[in-house]
Amino acid sequence: MKTGRVLMAHGSGGLMSQELIEQVFKRTWNNRFLDPMLDGALLDLPPGRVAMSTDSFVITPLFFPGGDIGKISICGTVNDLVACGARPLYLSTAMIIEEGLPLADLERLAQSMAATAREAGVSLVTGDTKVVEKGSADRIFINTTGIGVIPDGIDYRPSRIQTGDQIIVTGPVGDHGLAILAQREGLRFATPAVSDCAALVGIGKVLEKYGADVKCMRDPTRGGLATVLNELAQQSGKGMVVEENLIPISPVVQGACDMLGLDPLYMANEGKMVIIVDPERAAEIIADLQTVPEAAGAALLGEVRSEPAGMVLIQTELGAQRILGMLEGEHLPRIC
Amino acid sequence: MSKLKNYQQQLLQAIKAETRQVSLMEVCGTHTMAIAKSGIRELLPPNIKLRSGPGCPVCVTSQGDIDAVIEMVQNQDIILVTFGDMMRVPGTRSSLQEERSQGADVRIAYSPLDALRIARENPSKEVVFLGIGFETTTPAIGITIEQAREEGLANFSVFSLHKLVPPALELIFSDSEIMVDGLICPGHVSAVIGVKPYDILAAQYGKPCVITGFETLDILEGIYMLIRQILRSEAKAEIQYRRVVKEEGNPIALQIIERIFKPIPARWRGLGVIPASGLGLREAYAGMDARLKFKIREMEEIPIKGCACGEVLTGKITPPDCALFGRACTPLQPVGPCMVSQEGSCAAYYRYTPASERKRLDENR
Repeated sequence: MKTGRVLMAHGSGGLMSQELIEQVFKRTWNNRFLDPMLDGALLDLPPGRVAMSTDSFVITPLFFPGGDIGKISICGTVNDLVACGARPLYLSTAMIIEEGLPLADLERLAQSMAATAREAGVSLVTGDTKVVEKGSADRIFINTTGIGVIPDGIDYRPSRIQTGDQIIVTGPVGDHGLAILAQREGLRFATPAVSDCAALVGIGKVLEKYGADVKCMRDPTRGGLATVLNELAQQSGKGMVVEENLIPISPVVQGACDMLGLDPLYMANEGKMVIIVDPERAAEIIADLQTVPEAAGAALLGEVRSEPAGMVLIQTELGAQRILGMLEGEHLPRIC
Repeated sequence: MSKLKNYQQQLLQAIKAETRQVSLMEVCGTHTMAIAKSGIRELLPPNIKLRSGPGCPVCVTSQGDIDAVIEMVQNQDIILVTFGDMMRVPGTRSSLQEERSQGADVRIAYSPLDALRIARENPSKEVVFLGIGFETTTPAIGITIEQAREEGLANFSVFSLHKLVPPALELIFSDSEIMVDGLICPGHVSAVIGVKPYDILAAQYGKPCVITGFETLDILEGIYMLIRQILRSEAKAEIQYRRVVKEEGNPIALQIIERIFKPIPARWRGLGVIPASGLGLREAYAGMDARLKFKIREMEEIPIKGCACGEVLTGKITPPDCALFGRACTPLQPVGPCMVSQEGSCAAYYRYTPASERKRLDENR
């Protein structure tokens, strides 16, 4: 099986489809919800409000330092649930596979999804695969949908953000964006760029005990930190003021961005959260977050103000204040 | 860290102590970006003005040249390889990005050597590298051309729109409409050309030149060194960016440029045709000159209506003075190249808006 490639017949619904599911997916993903192989999964849910989120993953390259499209497809949806305040429980997945994808790659991705799900404590309970003709997709597209349950007392929404609240980020920004760019374009740096791709259930767990003192959480994926801060400012109607020299950025990301004319604040992250918390608890929450491996670099960025409503200001190291806007157009590297 | 911060504040105070009207030009687009990003522009007193110069290679490329590139992509069955910045630069009727969406094969490269790889992989296709940039970029493209010759890659050529910085600076100093008291000179270009070209400029026009690095501290120090010279009525070329720039520049890089390119007249946006300010391929490399290979004709300069990029590039106005800035011309819908490039003054002013200018922004949007 491992030496072959995915063929149109693997999507026929016949014997070959069955073989693909049995050998690639069922074996690696076995759990009591999936194993009966029904048309859908029958789930038990603990009490509480249910959160649901979906995301599709179309990343090139499929494998990159720090992760792969399989890992990211689990982390992405798990993190969206965590950002809702939920404990992620179940995931579904649907894959659109381009004819000709090496089966070894598919198997590697299935194993990566299984391992990531296991670490995140979620079960892959139902799935679907479709095969399309060569040229109709870029090797593999993966969708995952997840549900989780929100414990009592947790309510993360931008409308709960108040003046004086503190803004936290759980670690250095821009790593994923740079890792993908470097891999895609064959750029090599003295220190390799590694994606921060990770499931952030540990962060969710730590924050639960702070209940209503955590106001809102969001993962700064596409568009990066600057975009998420702008979204939060607009949705809360508050101003966000961050200090440039408090924003954690690794030397390799900073150096590469300087060289290429890119801004790390707009580069994607796949293992970070922006968290808005009550000022009284901020220091305690940061210290607690730092005990979670994925949030070891948690840092205070700034605070929420009433003005300028709906905008983000950045205080430069030199003491000037400028507007940190949304990304305009494509982020293209410069010439010299 | 706090020592550095202290020194920055000291420099800022020393600069603020100057009460005369001083107008300095930051030649390089990377400086323009750094000045806007760090907030230096906003923190300087109103009597010290910073003007942007012609130091963004994309921005100074003339409209006619951009149109010629687009026409080449439309008419020839080629793969065009370019640096990312050029993709969105508007030509008179189209842009490379638009051409790509309509089926033209235009690829973004990070190094000119990528173009060689593409040429090797596509032996039945003509691969043209769009050579744009100043003395910093040109040596790498020179090496690429030499390597293509060594490998005998007959399907590779370069459309050279390379330019030289000193001739443009000379024009800036000699233009009576452009009132510049001193130049913040580009760090990376100078790492190649060294201090000599500025010695000549400073002596001839009696104006100080300081080769400056790109960190906030570098720029403050560069400004301070210029003001100190003005205060002492001196006019010499100095190097602030000593950790990178040597007096003699980079002789090896200069030799590569000399070996492969020859000075030719070039048209600059905003400055017009400047003799010996462009670089064309020498006769020995004529086979790799895309202009000759594809019989590229000179295109007419059709100015973009209302666009003041030319005035911005010569420091005659600042971007917000342009009627289109932030209204009809934004990074999403750029009218002129200065709003497109990562090095462009308009993009710098637009992206890094001081908080104090929020009102203006609100009115425009």
